[in-house]
Amino acid sequence: MPMTIAEKILARASGRRSVSPGEIVEARVDVAMINDITGPITVEALEKIGVKKVWDPSRVVIVLDHQAPPTSIEASREHIGLRRFAARNGIQNFFDVGEGVCHEVLPENGFALPGELIVGADSHTCTYGAFGCFATGIGSTDMAAVFATGKLWFRVPESMLIKVEGMLRSRVSPKDLILKIVGDVGADGATYRAIEFTGSGLSRISVGGRMTMCNMGVEMGAKAAIVPADEVTFRYLKGRAKWAYQPVYSDSDASYVDEMKCDLSKLEPQLALPHNVDKVRPVREVAGVKIDQAFLGSCTNGRLEDLVEAAKVLEGKKIAPGVRMLVAPASREVYLEALRKKVLQKLVEAGAIVGSPSCAACMGGHIGIIGPGEVCISSSNRNFRGRMGSPEAKVYLGSPATVAASALRGEITDPRDV
Amino acid sequence: MAKAWVFGDNISTDDIIAGRYLVQRNPKELAKHVMEAVDPGFAAKVRAGDVIVAGKNFGCGSSREHAPMALKGAGIAAVVAESFARIFFRNAINQGLPVLISKEARRGFKTGDGIRVDLERGEVLNTSTGRKFDAEPLPDFLMEILRAGGLLNYLKRMKGKRGLPRKKTAV
Repeated sequence: MPMTIAEKILARASGRRSVSPGEIVEARVDVAMINDITGPITVEALEKIGVKKVWDPSRVVIVLDHQAPPTSIEASREHIGLRRFAARNGIQNFFDVGEGVCHEVLPENGFALPGELIVGADSHTCTYGAFGCFATGIGSTDMAAVFATGKLWFRVPESMLIKVEGMLRSRVSPKDLILKIVGDVGADGATYRAIEFTGSGLSRISVGGRMTMCNMGVEMGAKAAIVPADEVTFRYLKGRAKWAYQPVYSDSDASYVDEMKCDLSKLEPQLALPHNVDKVRPVREVAGVKIDQAFLGSCTNGRLEDLVEAAKVLEGKKIAPGVRMLVAPASREVYLEALRKKVLQKLVEAGAIVGSPSCAACMGGHIGIIGPGEVCISSSNRNFRGRMGSPEAKVYLGSPATVAASALRGEITDPRDV
Repeated sequence: MAKAWVFGDNISTDDIIAGRYLVQRNPKELAKHVMEAVDPGFAAKVRAGDVIVAGKNFGCGSSREHAPMALKGAGIAAVVAESFARIFFRNAINQGLPVLISKEARRGFKTGDGIRVDLERGEVLNTSTGRKFDAEPLPDFLMEILRAGGLLNYLKRMKGKRGLPRKKTAV
C-alpha cells in the first residue's frame, strides 16, 4: 500500500508493515523532550503512578528554557526539581539555563533525525519535522506515559501536501512564506493533519528556514509538519547526528487529503495581525502602525541567519527613539557565532538589548513583558491576546527583517522600504 | 442549576491560562486566573458544575496542561465545542475533563442558560429553552479514562493488568 512519509514513520515505529489515516497505533518513540514549564507536571505524574525510572534515559532530553534564568522563586523551584529528576534518572541530555530554546537545542545536538518519531511536551515540537522526522507536541501527562513505557498511542493523521516552487526575493523570508500559508489555511485548517512540504523551491531554503516553516505548522492545528531530508539536511547533520538514522520518503502514489502550491518568487513580506496568527496581510498594507517593542528571537526566528538578516537592516543605523528592541539568540551556539561574526555588535550599536538564550519575551514569562496599550512586533509564532503581557497590548508577527525595519522606523515597515 | 458559559472561536490556551501563571501547578491556584484574558471576571462568577460552550478550535496553541487543570480547578464540568485543538483535547481527557464535539450547540446557547450534558449518549440539553443538541459520543477507551477521573487514575487502576488503555475506535 502506498504511504506518505508520516504514515511510513508511524508504521515503522509501531512495528507494522503499513498504517492508514484514522487508525490508532501504539508507537515506540525515539526521543522525548520536556521543558521547565511542562516537565514538572510530568515528573509529578510519574511520582503519582509510582514510576521510579524513565524507560531509557538516553532518549530523554530536558531543556530549561521558558523561564531561564529563573524569573521567580517558583520558577527556580521548578528548575531545582528538574535537575534532581535528571540526576536521579541518569539523564545526560540535560540542558540547563542558558543553553537555549529546546527547539534549537535538540537539532543542534543531533536529536532531530530523518525517519524518527519525536514527542515533546511543547506544541512547537513540530519544528523538528524540518529534518524529515515525525515530531509532535503532547501534554505533560501523556509524556508521563511515554517516560514510563517509551510508547504512546497516536491516531494516524491524514496528510496534506504543500508544494513550494520558485525562489525568494531579497528581504522576503521563509517566515513570510509560512505566515502566508497560515493565513490561507486558517488556524484550524490543518487540525489533526500532517503537513508535508515538497517542491523544487525547498532546495534553496536553509535548515533554519525549514525549521521556521515547520515550527508554525501547529498554528494551523497540524499534528506534524515535515520537510523530507535532502542534501541540505544531510550537510547540517554531518558531525551532529546523535546516532545512525534511516531517512524515509513518501511513495510517489501516496494519497493526500489536500494539496496547495506556493510560488516563492511572487511572495512579499507578511504580517499576522492581533490577536490571531491566521489574520495575515502583506506588511505594506499595515505599514505606519506605531510600535513600542520589537522582539527578535524564539524557536521560530532566533537563529544566526535571523540575527544576520536583522543586522543587515540595522547596520550603521539607530533604532527609533522610544522603541525597545530585544534580541534573544535561540541558543548558546547561535549566541557565540553571532558574537564571533560581530552580528550582536551591530545590533547593540543600533540600540538593541541582547538577552540570554531562552524563549525570552515570546510567552510573556520573561524579559520584555508588554504593558496595556502597547504594541509589539515580534519574530515569534503567536500573537494571542495576553501572551506577551497585558491583554490590552497588541502583537504583530513578522520576519526578522520586518522586525528590524519596524524598530528602525518606530512603526511597522516593509523591510524593502528601508 | 449548571450554567452555560458561551465563548467564540479559537479560544487559545493563553486565553484559558496566561503564560505568566504557569509557575503554578495547583489547579485551585490556576483557577483564580482562568479565562482572564477573555473575561476578567470569569473566575469569580463560575460555579462548580458549569459548562463551557464554545466555537471552533477550542484550546489552540500551547501544549500547557495547565489549561484543562485550570478549568477543572474552577469546577467546569465539561467543555462543549464545535471543534477542539488536538493537544488540548488529549490533555483534557488525561486530566479527566470531559470534552464534547457538537456542531450545533453553540448557536443554541447564550451565557446563563441552564445546561445538562449526557456524555454517554452524546447529548447536550439547554434546560432553559428545552432544546437538545447532538454531540459526538467519545470512543470507549476515552470514556474509560474519563470514568477513572483521568489518565493517572486509569493507569493506577490498570497497574498489573495492562499498561495503556485499549484502543477500539478512531478519534
